[in-house]
Amino acid sequence: MRDITGASVVIVGGGVTGLSTGWWLARNGVDALVLDKGIVGWEASGRNGGGCTHAYSPFFMEEQKLWPQMEELLGYPTEYQRQRIRVTLDEAQFAHHTRIERLAAKQGFKCQRLTPAEVRELVPLCGDNVYGGFFLDFGGHANPQRTSQAYAWALQDHGGKILQHATVTGITVRNGKAAEVVTDRGTFGCDALVIAAGPQTGKLAAMVGADLPLAPARAEMIVTEPLPLMKHGGVDGNGLYGRQTLRGNLAYGGGPHEWLEWGEMTAPPRPTTPLLRHLARRLAELFPKAAHVRVIRSWGGIVENTPDGRPVIDRLADPGNVVLATMSSVGFGLSPASGRAIMELVRHGRCLFADLTPLSLARFKGLPTDWRERQGWLPPDTALASD
Amino acid sequence: MTRARLDPKSTAGADMPIERHVSLAVVGAGPAGLAAAITAAKAGVEVLLVDENPVSQALMGLDVPFHFGQRMNAAVQNKARMVERIVETNPGLAEAFELGIDVQLGVYAWGAFVKGPSLRGMAKPVLGLADEERSWLVSFDRLILATGARDLGLGFPGWEKPGVMGAQAALSLMQRYRAFEGRRLVILGSGALGLRVAGAALEQGLEIAGVVEVARDVLGPDALRPPLSAARVPFFGGHAVKQVLGKTEAEGVVLVRVGDDGAPIPGTERQVACDTVVSAIGGVPNVELMDVLGCRLSFDALRGGHVPVLDADHGTSAPCVQAVGDCAGVFDRKIADPELAVAEGRHAGVVAARALGAALAESEQLSEPGPSFDAVRHWQRWLQAALATGGPDVMVCQCEEVTRRELVELRPPRYLNWGGSQLRTRDVPALAKDGPVNADQVKRLTRAGMGTCQGRRCREQIQMLLAMSAGVPPEQIPLASYRAPVRPLPLSALWPHDETQETRDNWDVWFGIPAQWTAYWDMGAVSPAVPGTTEPGADSGK
Repeated sequence: MRDITGASVVIVGGGVTGLSTGWWLARNGVDALVLDKGIVGWEASGRNGGGCTHAYSPFFMEEQKLWPQMEELLGYPTEYQRQRIRVTLDEAQFAHHTRIERLAAKQGFKCQRLTPAEVRELVPLCGDNVYGGFFLDFGGHANPQRTSQAYAWALQDHGGKILQHATVTGITVRNGKAAEVVTDRGTFGCDALVIAAGPQTGKLAAMVGADLPLAPARAEMIVTEPLPLMKHGGVDGNGLYGRQTLRGNLAYGGGPHEWLEWGEMTAPPRPTTPLLRHLARRLAELFPKAAHVRVIRSWGGIVENTPDGRPVIDRLADPGNVVLATMSSVGFGLSPASGRAIMELVRHGRCLFADLTPLSLARFKGLPTDWRERQGWLPPDTALASD
Repeated sequence: MTRARLDPKSTAGADMPIERHVSLAVVGAGPAGLAAAITAAKAGVEVLLVDENPVSQALMGLDVPFHFGQRMNAAVQNKARMVERIVETNPGLAEAFELGIDVQLGVYAWGAFVKGPSLRGMAKPVLGLADEERSWLVSFDRLILATGARDLGLGFPGWEKPGVMGAQAALSLMQRYRAFEGRRLVILGSGALGLRVAGAALEQGLEIAGVVEVARDVLGPDALRPPLSAARVPFFGGHAVKQVLGKTEAEGVVLVRVGDDGAPIPGTERQVACDTVVSAIGGVPNVELMDVLGCRLSFDALRGGHVPVLDADHGTSAPCVQAVGDCAGVFDRKIADPELAVAEGRHAGVVAARALGAALAESEQLSEPGPSFDAVRHWQRWLQAALATGGPDVMVCQCEEVTRRELVELRPPRYLNWGGSQLRTRDVPALAKDGPVNADQVKRLTRAGMGTCQGRRCREQIQMLLAMSAGVPPEQIPLASYRAPVRPLPLSALWPHDETQETRDNWDVWFGIPAQWTAYWDMGAVSPAVPGTTEPGADSGK
């Protein structure tokens, strides 16, 4: 790997968004190099709920179209499973989830209401406390770690390159273009640059003079011992997202996040917290018949949010060969589509299958510099100190 | 400065329900933990001493925290009786009770948390505790971890059979619980651990059919040998296990003589009848809580692999947290002589008590000579013999049923029935070309180590096999991380009976940012950076 000197497109960030972008580029014959400060799919890309059901997103149609084909396209397993079931335990939860019916109907997808008895029949772990549910005949879920690795391997199979353990320390701009990416493992020339580095995307954008407002935060999930497989693994609700894995484990997250802040390029370790107890309660409420099941681990992951929680996928005016990409904490399921959109933005200057205007960076023009304070998006000790 | 808003959906300002506060919490009531607790209590410090024994029968059945191999008898079902036995067999506990130490038995320490760069809401350091019914949090000023060592697992054909177990499990069942079921033992390993198991078994009147050692000679200290000589225990030097015999459980072993390279010598097989095979090849420091705490760990082949980085006062890199006894590093002399662990505990107890304001004379730092035996090298020798004798199709991870071959070929789990051809070239050596091999990455791809025993029976074998396959020394394979809860606990026990209504009310499936879920065609109507009014959880589809 030491002999790499650059690529047509250098992608900073080996998470799902960057890897999908690199894979789409490579399969279209573009010479792509993905740089990561650690291991591919290591952070939130490999540890999340695995959901592929984002009916509000401009990438939704593409997400739905691509997921059923991904294993074949990539040549590696993703554990993708179709359909979702949303379970609600009270009227307020039910009323809230009715919005998915409107989003689905408008885009031509089926969503069916379920009675408590129907929920219990479809989801044997549910109990007498069910209020109602929704059966989504679309969407689904996949294994985040396996999918991240699949992108990486498929990218390499198409001639793309990946350099792990390379931390970016600078970006050289010449004649209005990002010309070189400087890392602690060498300097890499590029014709185009994609920055898709999760929580680090803002710091990297600043290296080319762009102001991308992002706030990182930690989120947590728990995993139980395996249980016999339910017919539908994609069941969640009661304030939890997650799934039953194909192995049978229940993997669920939700609840309070912690806003963070750090100076270095490398993110701090991601420990979990006693929050796992509260996740355990929510899960036992959702699946009363699994209350005896043992929790065997928990995960913490760091994700970033823009001020409105929506992605930024935008090609800068200056330097004009740079694309910034953050999925604002919801990137895994949309990654087949987001990678394609970024590939098209790099190659054609625009996305051919979706309108990216709602995801432009320009919407944050004039954002007050203290936007995090104003929204209360501060690490708890900072927030309380200034209270 | 203007008053900052608090994001109600975040941890900022949210109360973590703490049941109580203690000055000094000690985890583990073995020789080191007891010595620390007693020393501090004598100096007037308020001490909470928790120990997970008696461990529930259900956990023993899962081989947690040791590899019990189903060799516990029915007595372990009776928790009250087991508590009595534990108090009887551990005289230090009586002294602790007399000193007013709050001793809590049958209590699991499933997590410990201190403030850090990604855990900034932690006002006070906290210990997560639980029994079979409920969980609770205790905050502390200081914490001493004396969590001991667990068994090194090493696979050979049939090692998943009931009756194959670990040395720590055997010692615990024989000495602590007096609830050991086996009668005729084969012991693998002749270091201090193997000789201690043999000694304990002989004391109980059990029969030892043999002590097996891959090296030619007995390794353990002379002081532990006399009972074995007196009982004329057969010693099989230069041998490895070819197979465990028995239909439903262990009924014997086939041993084979091996050369110095570990290769079996044909025609030297011999059968030895036994009902229990105790693997006493090595002890592994229990660093689970330290890893969860974020303490700095390093690899020390002389001290049992991954151990905490400690200062002269047994302080870890986490402020206020010390580690003593086997969890701080395990080696033959410490196994043979409990006084070493006691001395560590006493010293740490004095340091903790002084830090808490007790008027105690400074304790002299211990100046024990360090260990010199490369334990991990010795484990590798066993593994080489196991590989040469048993081949690659032996289970390495029993929970997830992953063989050595499946591990190093990075095969996806069998239940995926993956037939794709591209995966065949993606093995550990290929992965190593892309960067240093990471045990956590391999774990997620193969599932080896992801089971209900939480990787207790396979972690070190996986580390050594990955090292071998990638052509690097084992210390270059990072520790497969430990995650809370470090004991597998039921959802119903973890359930926070003390959860506040505020936590309940503010709960959101994701960040509670309204615009995050607005349909893209309506997005123009959303003002981007208006200080967030939040709405309850949406269809994040995460």
